Amino acid sequence: MKDNKEQSILPHPAKRERQWITPLKVVYTVLLLTVMLVIIALISLSLGPAKISLKDIFTWLIGYNTIDQTAWMILFKIRLPRILLAGLVGFTLSLGGVVFQALLRNPLAEPFILGISSGAAVGAIIGIFFGLGFTFGVPLLSFMGALFTVLLVMGISSRHGGLESSTLLLTGVIINAFFTAVIMFFIATTSDSRLHSMLFWLYGDLSQSKYVQLSIGLPFILIVSGIIYIFSRHFNLIVGGEESALQMGVEVELLKWISFLGISLIIGIAVSFSGIIGFVGLIVPHLMRMILGSDHRLLIPASSLGGAIFLIAADTLARTIISPSELPVGVITAFLGAPFFIYLLKSRGSQWTRT
Amino acid sequence: MDPDLILRDVYFRYDSQWCLEGIDFELKRGEIVGIIGPNGSGKSTLLKIMDGLLRIQKGEILLFNKPISRYRRGDIARHIAMVPQEETFRFSFLVSEVVLMGRFSHLGLFPFEGKADLEIANQSMSLTGTLNLATRSIHELSGGERQRVLIARALTQRAQIILLDEPTSFLDIRHKVETFELISYLTLTQGLSVIIVSHDISLAAQYCHRMLLLNNGVVYKIGEPAEVITADNISAVYQCPVLVDNNPISKTPRVTILSKRKDSKEETV
Repeated sequence: MKDNKEQSILPHPAKRERQWITPLKVVYTVLLLTVMLVIIALISLSLGPAKISLKDIFTWLIGYNTIDQTAWMILFKIRLPRILLAGLVGFTLSLGGVVFQALLRNPLAEPFILGISSGAAVGAIIGIFFGLGFTFGVPLLSFMGALFTVLLVMGISSRHGGLESSTLLLTGVIINAFFTAVIMFFIATTSDSRLHSMLFWLYGDLSQSKYVQLSIGLPFILIVSGIIYIFSRHFNLIVGGEESALQMGVEVELLKWISFLGISLIIGIAVSFSGIIGFVGLIVPHLMRMILGSDHRLLIPASSLGGAIFLIAADTLARTIISPSELPVGVITAFLGAPFFIYLLKSRGSQWTRT
Repeated sequence: MDPDLILRDVYFRYDSQWCLEGIDFELKRGEIVGIIGPNGSGKSTLLKIMDGLLRIQKGEILLFNKPISRYRRGDIARHIAMVPQEETFRFSFLVSEVVLMGRFSHLGLFPFEGKADLEIANQSMSLTGTLNLATRSIHELSGGERQRVLIARALTQRAQIILLDEPTSFLDIRHKVETFELISYLTLTQGLSVIIVSHDISLAAQYCHRMLLLNNGVVYKIGEPAEVITADNISAVYQCPVLVDNNPISKTPRVTILSKRKDSKEETV
């Protein structure tokens, strides 16, 4: 006789296996990741060429200690805006990755897949070419480039009001190739110090962080991620195919339009401030999926926060590893990301694609 | 009682050629209708237009006496559930998670399943014999197990009408029979109305109240299994010589395929 208790998916006190998502589980995970985020940010704040120990920061935070003017300047004018921007960009890239992977039903999809990166890069490089500033000029041009590209790709791929995922992917690839040629043209015809700026931008660079960028980006990113979270359970059904999602009650076309536009908007904003930072939107969602499963109600918040943690850590490495000089953060993410991703493909590749 | 689903003179095409022409059909409460026909005859397309997944160009489809085009997707999902031919999950979901997806259209703004939803999922899984798979990944399952999970998910939708697109194609004979038994049991106990597309003509004939034989997008014959499944009808539509006799136990029509090579041998002998 089989034990009947074993044969039920209803809550069973002795069972701790993951079977479905509860609100409590989401809250716990988000809290845990937020605590990790704060810890990483504090550690990052204490690291850099100027020695300001974690202990100094802590004692100052709780009012037992004072810090001098220079230390204050370094912490709040240089390090903090950079950490906050790294967090915001990591959050956005990872959110974009998880959403695009679900919508395109492609485990290798990443936030730049619709040509956002190359469009933004063309804008930024034109900006740098004409000597515009890094606070407004370059970000504005790169954002316009990103938005233009996405609208172009979506315009080409839409038929009878519907977006076909495979056409969308292919169009993105082609547009990317075209814009890469444009970028190469500008790089080849530039030789002075602007070349250094261009290359840094192309590999992702957070050294130009300003609070004003945060205040522009934050509201958009909060609104879009809120909207995406409302739709989180819709993405679960999309993973099983658009038609069956439609059958089970998902307004698939509406979801695709809202998500592609919303995510492209905030990725465009993030990229315009940070340059192109690869692999964050690829690795973090997969890592979270391995740990927490594929339910997007948990996966979306966990991936976004995980992306913030990952990019703050990577950028801390980028600015300390060859101190006093620094690396573009994209170099670090690619160094860590590519081997990790190959490992994932080798060990779990079949699981993503098995039919 | 009015039929649950009515199709009146329905025409549908993807491109320039009509896929379905002048389909008239009614699905009554509590009946099982089998749709049979050769590959490419429009069976799956017919199922999709019944579910409102494809828009028809001419004619009328009434779901509970209201045109299906006036329903929102979420409302259709509460009335009609569909078991697809196959479904590919790109990422690894647990079986319990997949079954719970059936509750999608029943959840309100609060996006989490409650105890009642879990009970329903549990019941569907116990009916389909998939409870022991609950914590397995959908990727680890065999074709037959996956098919039963998809049926469980459709039951979890708690819809009045269930459409099944070749649900038995990957199943062994035991699970084929069990699937038809389950469908039969559900229509009897819960009054569900079922449409099932199947290539197992003889098996479908044992369980279906009516059968619809589709040929090139046109209804060739509709009626009780014994009226539809005759050697003449089947041979003409499938263009394959068959012998039809009665199943000795159930007395329903039984199709035997006549091998062509044997035929020619017999002719030469």
